[in-house]
Amino acid sequence: MSETVTLEPGGRRGRRATREPVDRHQALLEVKNLNVTFQRRGGRATRAVDGVSFSVKPGEVVGIVGESGSGKSVTSLAVMGLLPSRGVQVSGEALYRGRNLLTMGNQELSSLRGRDLAMVFQDPMSSLNPVIPVGLQVTEVLRRHEDLTRQQARDEAEDLLRRCGIPDPRRRLGEYPHQLSGGMRQRALIAIALACKPALLICDEPTTALDVTIQAQVLELLKELVSELGTAMVMITHDLGVVAGLCDFVNVMYAGRVVESADRRELFAHPRHRYTHGLLNSIPRLDSPRGEALRPIPGTPRDTIAWSKACAFAPRCQFADDDCVVDDLELAPLGAAGHRVRCVHPAPEEDK
Amino acid sequence: MTAEPLSARPQALTDLMGDVGLDERGTSLWQGAFQRLRRNPSAIIGALIVLAFVLVAVFAPLIAPYEPAKSQWIDQVTPSTVPGHSAEHLLGLDPLGSDLFTQLVYGARQSLIIGIVSTAFGLAGGVILGTLAGGLGGWVDTLVMRLVDILLSIPSLLLAVSIAAMLGQRPSAIMIAIGAAQVPIFARLLRGSMLAQRNQDYVLASFSLGLRRRTIVMSHVLPNSLGPVIVQATLTLATAIIEVAALSYLGLGAPDPAVAEWGRMLVKAQDRLQSDPHLTLLPGICIAVTALGFTLLGESLREALDPKSRR
Repeated sequence: MSETVTLEPGGRRGRRATREPVDRHQALLEVKNLNVTFQRRGGRATRAVDGVSFSVKPGEVVGIVGESGSGKSVTSLAVMGLLPSRGVQVSGEALYRGRNLLTMGNQELSSLRGRDLAMVFQDPMSSLNPVIPVGLQVTEVLRRHEDLTRQQARDEAEDLLRRCGIPDPRRRLGEYPHQLSGGMRQRALIAIALACKPALLICDEPTTALDVTIQAQVLELLKELVSELGTAMVMITHDLGVVAGLCDFVNVMYAGRVVESADRRELFAHPRHRYTHGLLNSIPRLDSPRGEALRPIPGTPRDTIAWSKACAFAPRCQFADDDCVVDDLELAPLGAAGHRVRCVHPAPEEDK
Repeated sequence: MTAEPLSARPQALTDLMGDVGLDERGTSLWQGAFQRLRRNPSAIIGALIVLAFVLVAVFAPLIAPYEPAKSQWIDQVTPSTVPGHSAEHLLGLDPLGSDLFTQLVYGARQSLIIGIVSTAFGLAGGVILGTLAGGLGGWVDTLVMRLVDILLSIPSLLLAVSIAAMLGQRPSAIMIAIGAAQVPIFARLLRGSMLAQRNQDYVLASFSLGLRRRTIVMSHVLPNSLGPVIVQATLTLATAIIEVAALSYLGLGAPDPAVAEWGRMLVKAQDRLQSDPHLTLLPGICIAVTALGFTLLGESLREALDPKSRR
């Protein structure tokens, strides 16, 4: 890397000078027709991600929503090149500023990871190394990607922890992960991920392991930091509340495919796919009458059909009929601009 | 930014609360383990034995009343009897006419040196091989592990005897022999432990941050995998001390017959087992107690480091 880090007279690190200028309209990340297939030797191949395409513009927050097993985490791991090399086949394209991450060499990818692309994982306990002080885990990333002395990295790490809402950061730097609370650990992980001011942050269910009050704080923090740094974000979650509060654009995934994608407002106002519809209906409402039963989507994600034969959601869909047995259903534009749905019987455009 | 309560706290409250441990240090895995060790009686017994052994070994010249291995009282030893306890000789003489107590004290020194050096040798070799196998994986892993399998298929004492015989009568031969026999054990243990760590989330997280493979293996995977290896090293010290005794009993020990060594003391005394059993009993007890001390310490260390046994 021929990157130069400029030092301002005050000793403060200058913002990266050589980073390509940001074009607000060009996609930062463009995933095209991503396929991920797991196959064990002698076993049947399982297609976890099936032709997923989406794009993220600079500074934009894109949500990927779906149940467990819908392929959302695998999508993010594939983009980051973190899937194991054995037994996994990845095809398609993931273009980061026009460079395909999926075909990139290991060296090149590893120098992008952490500096341009970063990731926040679900479980803050196991994602921090238990035997190394938190401070070292922050400075390590800084020193890997930026030309800093030990002391500079330490100061920077302290500053980062403070900005991530960790009180008394100097002391925390010397502490071990088990001495931090769950929320604090997740803040530390966010600090590590944002250490080198990446252009794109992928959050894989960052709040699932936290309790509700901490969830809200962490989301608020992410929102603030992301808008402050101009970082684009891919938010992977199964929580529609998170999506409503954070995302600009939403992709709903089911059984490895995107079934609906739309602007956040559009999606919540006019959900067209029956699955999205069901998800929104299943959220308990504060203003609903006392004692009213929840309205879950019947069945489990395992009740599915291969997309190549019919709509995978059909077995759980109350509107399914013979027409739903169509091979490779299209993700077709419907209604408002940018709204696309993969459904034979989309919900009528009512106002919710 | 969220939460900056510390500076905003009223002075009166701060005074009441006192200094909120700003100099408080983090407790690492090892510090925690040490605290648990202190509460474990068998760890304390083991540690006391080991401590006593080390002190005796280090301060041998101060403790022993005479110079080691000078057969200066050889004229008092007859083919049938060895002088027992007397005012001059606490435990009497050994069959070569040296002071038995002096020999035992210097024997501790010899055992400690050989034990530590050979374990360190085995540990170093094992850590290098294990890190290669567990860190790089692929064909390196296969190659190293097949080599380890071959070495493990030979009984360790037999392996040590062969190596000692091959290297000839050199003082270092016995240490290399015992150490080499331990290399495959350490290597396999470390590799297994590293494989278990490699699938942990924090390793994936490190990769997601673009850290180099070398950094990840050396500063994340290795420190997390060393626990069982350290425990094994403590246990190996016990084995090494026994093996030293065994090898010198077989005549493969240090070449200089004058060097005090528990195993050799057994050999020298064995034909007097009937008339003077204490000549074999005392070095035997020394070997057993020392080995017991290291084993107790090692086992308690394993317990203390095992996250599952933590309360």
